Parts: sequence; C-alpha cells; structure tokens
Amino acid sequence: MTLHTSGKWISLMLVTLLASACSNLGVKPWERDILARPEMQLIHDPVEAGLDDHIYFSKEASSGGRGFGGGGCGCN
Amino acid sequence: MQLIQANQNLSKCNQEQTKSAKSKTVGRFKKISPALAAATCSLLSAGQVGAQENDGAWKFDIATLFYAESDSRVSAIEPVFNATKSYNDGEVLNYKVVFDTLTGASPNGATPSDSIQVFTRPSGNGSYTADAGETPLDDTFRDTRGAVSANWSAPINRDWEYAVGAYGSKEYDYLSLGVNGGLKRYFNQKNTTLNAGLSFSSDMIEPEGGKPIGLVKMAIPGEPGFESNFDSTRDDDSDSKTIIDALFGVTQVINAHTIMQFNYGLSLSNGYLNDPFKILSVIETTPGANFGGNLQDANGNNIYLYEARPDSRMKHSFYWQTKYALDNGDIIDGSYRFMLDDWGINSHTFDLRYRWQLGDAYLEPHLRYYLQSEADFYKRYLTGDEYNNGTPTIQEASADERLSEMDAITVGLKYGYKLSKDQELNLRAEYYMQSHTGDNGFGKLASQDLYPDSNAIIFQIGYSF
Repeated sequence: MTLHTSGKWISLMLVTLLASACSNLGVKPWERDILARPEMQLIHDPVEAGLDDHIYFSKEASSGGRGFGGGGCGCN
Repeated sequence: MQLIQANQNLSKCNQEQTKSAKSKTVGRFKKISPALAAATCSLLSAGQVGAQENDGAWKFDIATLFYAESDSRVSAIEPVFNATKSYNDGEVLNYKVVFDTLTGASPNGATPSDSIQVFTRPSGNGSYTADAGETPLDDTFRDTRGAVSANWSAPINRDWEYAVGAYGSKEYDYLSLGVNGGLKRYFNQKNTTLNAGLSFSSDMIEPEGGKPIGLVKMAIPGEPGFESNFDSTRDDDSDSKTIIDALFGVTQVINAHTIMQFNYGLSLSNGYLNDPFKILSVIETTPGANFGGNLQDANGNNIYLYEARPDSRMKHSFYWQTKYALDNGDIIDGSYRFMLDDWGINSHTFDLRYRWQLGDAYLEPHLRYYLQSEADFYKRYLTGDEYNNGTPTIQEASADERLSEMDAITVGLKYGYKLSKDQELNLRAEYYMQSHTGDNGFGKLASQDLYPDSNAIIFQIGYSF
C-alpha cells in the first residue's frame, strides 16, 4: 500500500469514526438542565468578552475567533 | 401604546434616514451615514414589531473597565452599558454603548539610543524627546471613543434563526461603521448547531497633521525649511479601509455536562493599514565611532522614517472551545485559537477558566497564554544600507511592537455575587505581562534594551440586573 492510499484509508476511517461518534453525541431535551444554566453558555458574559477583545485587539496582532475579528477602533 | 410608540420610532427613523441622506455637514462620512441609519432603523423596527406581539423582559449589564500599563504608558477607563430584551418567542434585541478614555504614552517604534532623541509631534506642532537609554514614547497619545451597537436575532422556524446588527464607533481621528448578519441552523434535537456570519466594516482615519507617507524621513523642528519639509511628508488628510469578516461555526452538545464549539474565521482588510504614529530608526552601518548608533542627516539630526505596511491583509482563525460542568456545579471553560495571516504572523492563544461555585457567589481564576511570530516586514530598526540615502531598498517596514515576536500571559481572578435571582455584582482583577524578542542590533545598539517588557493591570466592576 502506498503512502497516498494509506492516507486515504486513514481519512475514511477517521470520517466514519467521527460520523458514528457524532450520532451518539447530544442529550434529550429533558436532560438540558445543566447546559441551560446561564454560566454554561459559551460566551456567558458578553460585556467582559467585548472588553477583553478590545484590550487584546489593541495589544496583539490577532483578533476574532469566537466572533468577528474586524476593526472598530483606531487602536490597531 | 407600544404600537403607537413603535410607529413613532419608525417615523422618526424614516425622518432620520432622510435627514442623514441630505446631510452635508458630515463631509466624507456622508455616504455611509444613511446606510448605517437605515440598518439601525431596520433593527429598531424589527425590535418594535417583536414588542407588539409579545412582551419580554429587559436585562441590563453595566460595567467599567480600568486599564493601566506600567511605566506611565497607556491608561484607559471604559464604561459599558448593555441592554438585552428577550421576547417569549425567542427574539433577542440588544443595544450596547461603550465609552473609552485613553491617556498616556505609547512606544513610537524608534530604538533607544545612547544620546537624547528629538521627535516631531504627529501634528507637526512641536516635538517630544526621549532621554538616552529610554524607550521613545509618544506622549501625545490621548483619545476618547464612543461606540454604539444594536443587534437583533430571531427564530425563522423551529430549525433556523437569523441575526442582524449594526455598529458605529467614533474617535477624534477615527470613524468605524459596520453591519453584520448571520444564520443558524439546528440539527439533531438542537444538539448540533451550524452557524454562518458575515460582517462588513468601513473605517476612516483622519490623523492630526495629515497622513504620513510610508518610509519617508521625518522632518525635525529647527531644521532649515521645516514647515515645507513637514508638508512634503504628508500626502493626504485622511484615508480609509474596509474589513470583511466571515465566520463559520459548529456547536455540539457532547453530553449533559459538556458543550463544544469549532469556528473558522476569515478576515480581509483592505486600504490604509498603517499606524500613522509609528516610525523606525535608521542605524549607522559604516564602521567607526557611530557604528550601531543613529544615522544622522546633514543637519546633524537623527533619521527616522514613517512606517509602511502592505495595503491588504488576510487572516484565518481556527477556534475551539469546550465547557464542562462538574457534578458539584463548578465549570471548566477552555479554549484554543490558532491564527495565521498573509503578513507572516501566526499565533496561538490558550485560555482556561475555572468557575468555583460557592453558594450564591463564585470565584473564577483565569489563565491566558498568547504566543505570536513576527510579521515578515517587522523590523526593529532599518540599517543605513536599507535607507540607501533616502531611496529605501525595501517597500514595507514597521517597528510596531504588536507585530513583533511576542508572548503574553494573563492571570486573573473574578468574584461574583448573586444579590437576588436577577441581580449580580462582579469584580475582576487581572495582570497582563507581555514580552518581545527579536533582532538585538549591533555595535552601540546592542547595549540598548530593544524589547522592554510591558505589563498592565486590568480591573473591572460590573453589575447586572
């Protein structure tokens, strides 16, 4: 088996594995009590997240990721 | 009553749109103002339509951030007012107002030197100095910013949701206007969410004293013909850039305790991407007494050039976040971001928070680590050979420390206390440490500290009700 075809096989196996794993992921609607807690939201404090984004946008060369990384100020 | 108010607001919006379309006083910004007014009014009217159908509850967050860098560099105070109304049908309306007051001094990009250095103020009026061995800081750094945004999101049906938003931010010399929109699709009993968003922003800069020409020599007060020399370093009063952002994400509920998100973001910036206040030192390469010192012109003044960056930038970001709730109610929140761009910068950001639930209160330690490589055109200084008697051999160069190789650590602690079901008071204190590395120079320059560490204290107080 060449490196090229073995790469294909590995990719196929990974996709199958991921697909079968994903179908088992998740919860029933009545199992969402913990996930529904406000502090379990991915961005649970948008004000703090916005302030942090502004600080790091002004001090570093990267921005965005969890949201849009656009501009909005002349600080960088 | 609400219907009347909604109609009044809508007619006011229509008037505002007409007014802003006719406005002549806003000068070069007039083309964008009607578009922003229209977008904001669409949001307002969308909110009002929602209000007619079923009333919801307002939630307010107010917070103030205090930010102070060491060595009397930049300090900032930033109050935020955030109002969110959630309707019973799932619509959410959000307004946010932010003010920002900055004072202090910022590194101008020049290297420290073994003698006193004199720099022209960006306005061309007067000069500022740096003592021997001191990192040159531009002390004219002072600004006030006001930003407003409005966002509206609503379900289309059981599986789809849309969001629209508009944004405006104004500083003394800078204006940014933006609109954004997004779509969300739920799958698998809402365990999987796909989302796609698009944002467009148009920014305009009007630096005091005009826009410097890249890699052109700074005129120094006192030199013969200073006024006309200074004017010849400026080619225009203002310039603009556009930023288009696209974001694609998948959020997956893993189990009753765990949620995970992957995002891919693409950001395209075009236009004026320079910092008009940043310069580069030119260093003597001829062997002799001044080897590694500042190269000087015929008047005996040090030579500094204004920076020049490419006029476009494409950034890719890959973001992963996972939140896990422990059985005792504590929450672990971890994320990683990889970013790379066509300026040659790539960066890694690791972020970890642990929310320790203590009855009605919580403590949240925070650790963030950031690592970045330098931009292809980043140069701590230019050599006399690169300066080439005023005809530089390179087209792009910047000594902006934010484009250098760096790492940064943030450590912080947040304390929150629930005063009642809907009220929370929180305090946050963090310490940010940034260190840079790179070319350490030669000759006399090698004895200067070209990459001093910079630290900042972040303090925030917030109240939600």
